[in-house]
Amino acid sequence: MALAIPQQVPWYLAPLRLLRGVFQVRRFPGVALIILVFLLVIPGLFAEWVAPHDPIKGSLGARLKPPMWEKGGSSTYPLGTDKVGRDVLSRIIYGARVSLRVSLEAIAVSGVIGITLGLLAGYFGGRIDAFIMRLVDISLGLPIILIALVFVAALGPSFATMNAVITVALWSRYARQVRGEVLSIKQRDFIARARVAGASHLRIMFRYLLPNVVNSLIVLATLQVGFVILLESSLSFLGAGIPRPTPAWGLMVADGRELIVTAWWIAMFPGLAIMLTVLSMNLVGDWLRDHLDPKLKNV
Amino acid sequence: MTRHIGDVVLEVEDLHTYFFTRLGVVKAVDGVSFSLRQGETLGIVGESGCGKTMTALSLLRLVPKPAARIVQGKILLQGENLLDKSENEMRQIRGSRISMILQDPQTSLNPVFTIGNQLIEALKTHNKHHARDLVQRAINALKQVRVAAPERRVEDYPHQMSGGMKQRVVGAIAISCEPHVIIADEPTTSLDVTIQAQYLRLLREIQEETGLSIIFITHDFGIVAKMCDRVMVMYAGRSIETGSVRDIFNHPSHPYTEALLNSVPKLEERTARLYSIDGQPPLLWNLPPGCRFAPRCPYTEARCETEYPPSFRVTEGHIADCWRLQSEWQTHHSSMSKT
Amino acid sequence: MQRYILIRFLQCLLALWVMSVIVFSLARMTGDPLDVLLPMEAGEGERERVAHHWGLDRPLYEQYFVFLGKALKGDFGNSWKWQGHTAMGLVIERLPATLELAGIAIVISVMLALPFGVLTAVWKDTFFDSLGKIVALLGQSLPSFWLGIVLMWIFAVHLGWLPTSGRGSWYHMILPAVCLGWFQVAAMMRLVRSSMLDVLDSEFVKLTRVKGLPEWKVVWKHCLRNAAIAPLTYFALTAGVLLTGSVVIESVFAWPGTGLLAVDAVRARDFQVVQAIVIVFSSVFLMANLLVDILYAYIDPRIRY
Repeated sequence: MALAIPQQVPWYLAPLRLLRGVFQVRRFPGVALIILVFLLVIPGLFAEWVAPHDPIKGSLGARLKPPMWEKGGSSTYPLGTDKVGRDVLSRIIYGARVSLRVSLEAIAVSGVIGITLGLLAGYFGGRIDAFIMRLVDISLGLPIILIALVFVAALGPSFATMNAVITVALWSRYARQVRGEVLSIKQRDFIARARVAGASHLRIMFRYLLPNVVNSLIVLATLQVGFVILLESSLSFLGAGIPRPTPAWGLMVADGRELIVTAWWIAMFPGLAIMLTVLSMNLVGDWLRDHLDPKLKNV
Repeated sequence: MTRHIGDVVLEVEDLHTYFFTRLGVVKAVDGVSFSLRQGETLGIVGESGCGKTMTALSLLRLVPKPAARIVQGKILLQGENLLDKSENEMRQIRGSRISMILQDPQTSLNPVFTIGNQLIEALKTHNKHHARDLVQRAINALKQVRVAAPERRVEDYPHQMSGGMKQRVVGAIAISCEPHVIIADEPTTSLDVTIQAQYLRLLREIQEETGLSIIFITHDFGIVAKMCDRVMVMYAGRSIETGSVRDIFNHPSHPYTEALLNSVPKLEERTARLYSIDGQPPLLWNLPPGCRFAPRCPYTEARCETEYPPSFRVTEGHIADCWRLQSEWQTHHSSMSKT
Repeated sequence: MQRYILIRFLQCLLALWVMSVIVFSLARMTGDPLDVLLPMEAGEGERERVAHHWGLDRPLYEQYFVFLGKALKGDFGNSWKWQGHTAMGLVIERLPATLELAGIAIVISVMLALPFGVLTAVWKDTFFDSLGKIVALLGQSLPSFWLGIVLMWIFAVHLGWLPTSGRGSWYHMILPAVCLGWFQVAAMMRLVRSSMLDVLDSEFVKLTRVKGLPEWKVVWKHCLRNAAIAPLTYFALTAGVLLTGSVVIESVFAWPGTGLLAVDAVRARDFQVVQAIVIVFSSVFLMANLLVDILYAYIDPRIRY
């Protein structure tokens, strides 16, 4: 692929070359992308226009209605309602927004931190490298769910806590990846030339090293989205994630669990949403990896 | 060197092995015929990619499935056609009647088992012996390939041995069940020169002791001169010249053989530039209809490019596939030189 | 080699220490512990007395060292939700249940992952392989809690074959163990498959076929021994992963182990118990990672000789 060989890529061209590579290929995960768009992107961005009902205010008269293809269901509430009378479909749509928001925020923050630290470690080497790598090792060695639980026990469940937890969990992967690649690119001639020409460290790192690393980072980020969504929903399920009454898929499954015998739809559909989203994301991520950077097979 | 050369033990007739791929049919072996007598060493010579190893694998019917298949030909081992055998029967034949030594000793042995274990496994597969007996037989096999202190070596792992010794172990495994034919696929290519000489001497000694036949695949004419009785030269999947070593070296009849022999630098001659053959071998999935060497041959005529030459007999036991050998052409040329 | 082990061990201790700091500071962040210990009406004098009794009037770092000292002895104080129990005591009481579940899960996942991994490699690009790929993909994408609920719904509610929750007979163990092991099966199967594919191409495998060995022996005796190295090291890592997974699964199936304990303690803001659990889990997790690194160093022959 065009970007597999590190070259002196001007920073503004890197994403364009990426796009060109993306559309050239076979086994394009079309179905997965469609699912993603309909399950994550559109609901996430346009929830207010897409959802038929209010996700938080329920109507007590319409409690525990089954999905529309069952007896007793109606097309007003296509996927049924929960025990407070809230439309399951609308909640799923709004829940997509939560998932989208958490993944983007968490990945953005942890990405920025991780990439920066990785660049520093790889570029400067020596003590800085050793120190940062220690941090990475420790961070990777800590069990995520426990940290999450501790944070939540201390600070209470909220968006901010969730983001903090996921960031702590994720940043080290980016750092490690970036550092590794920087170490291998660092020796190339064009870097030496830049240094001779008097480029500052900052300039070298961001104008020269970063564009060459972007590929693998994109793959990493895509594969992380699925992981983040799973983590967020697990935490929400345990009551340690997004607080009620905000609709989050994990929370909905938790709510539906008690009623699994009588009102199975409350837990089923949100879970299905999670699975399909993560699955599609993984498929897209795998495909991206195969076509952008096969070296990452073990990520 | 007195060796008793006996009857024909292996006969290959018009062997074709093709790879069926998305790009097309790759004709790795496209018409190879030869015979091997008991006690004889036949060398198969040719450049990389000409089909030598595929021929060897075809003899054992170990071509990489599902892509490759033997599509035509006969392989007669002591009169029996191996291509008619079932997989079970082939498995019994492999190792006990035909065996093979692979090229790279570093990777030929399983690193997690002792060499004793691997030797015994070979023995156990084809014979029923008692356990104690087996260890002794393994030690004997090691002795036969002149490995020092075999009793201790039996317990060693492959990475504890040098390349030369590993290749001897591979040899021991190959001869342990007393096969009639051994195929040696460039066994000395990864060994250094002094070890090479020792190994070749070893093979010859074993051959004299047991009377087995060897097919020796190589690209080194020096080895051919030392080891082989007869030679078969391959090019682009076909055998293009076969004969005794003396005949081939002194009277190479195919232009390719001639060119190959010229490419070997000689110490006595001083040249400014090493001779090499112009051009590249043809792509095996896009073969020309005529003689495959024609694009690179200094003697081509129109006929060479459209029709593939049949095998002409140069002398008794020496054949080559070249239109030049047809007497008509020779007179045609001599008449041309007159005018 | 020894130096390597020593360094890794020190890293573990460092990580554990960081955990203790995190846990301690977060505990203090939740608010003044005095509010937990005393009713709101308590007067100034009362507060001072209790503060002094609990050592809460000392500077923060001193309090931390007291905490650390006690932690090293295993003393995490008393649980405030489950009166009459010490925090550590509760953890120890519940640990066997979690270990039992994790053990079964490991057994199930290995028993499934190894043969399936081998077979998908041997029968590459067949229908079976595609099936395997689907299973692997699903394993990574399914949220474990949802899988638990779905399975519970099918097998316990509809078919009535298995109980929905709790611990008792071995029937109770099946669903939670399967859910717990599910992700491991997927990941390990992929690993085994890729290892096997590498090994199947090696030269020595060709030689075993030349020797005339039956194909099943080539695959199961020779290839597997070589291919098992990478998954083995991953397998040692699963201990830690399973521990984390147990938190969710135990909640779904109401399995009385340390995972469920953690969730309950968090809900009740019983920080003593949470601290104890976190430190214990972290230790196990870090030990598992350490073991993997050591194991890998042993198995990789470049380090051995």
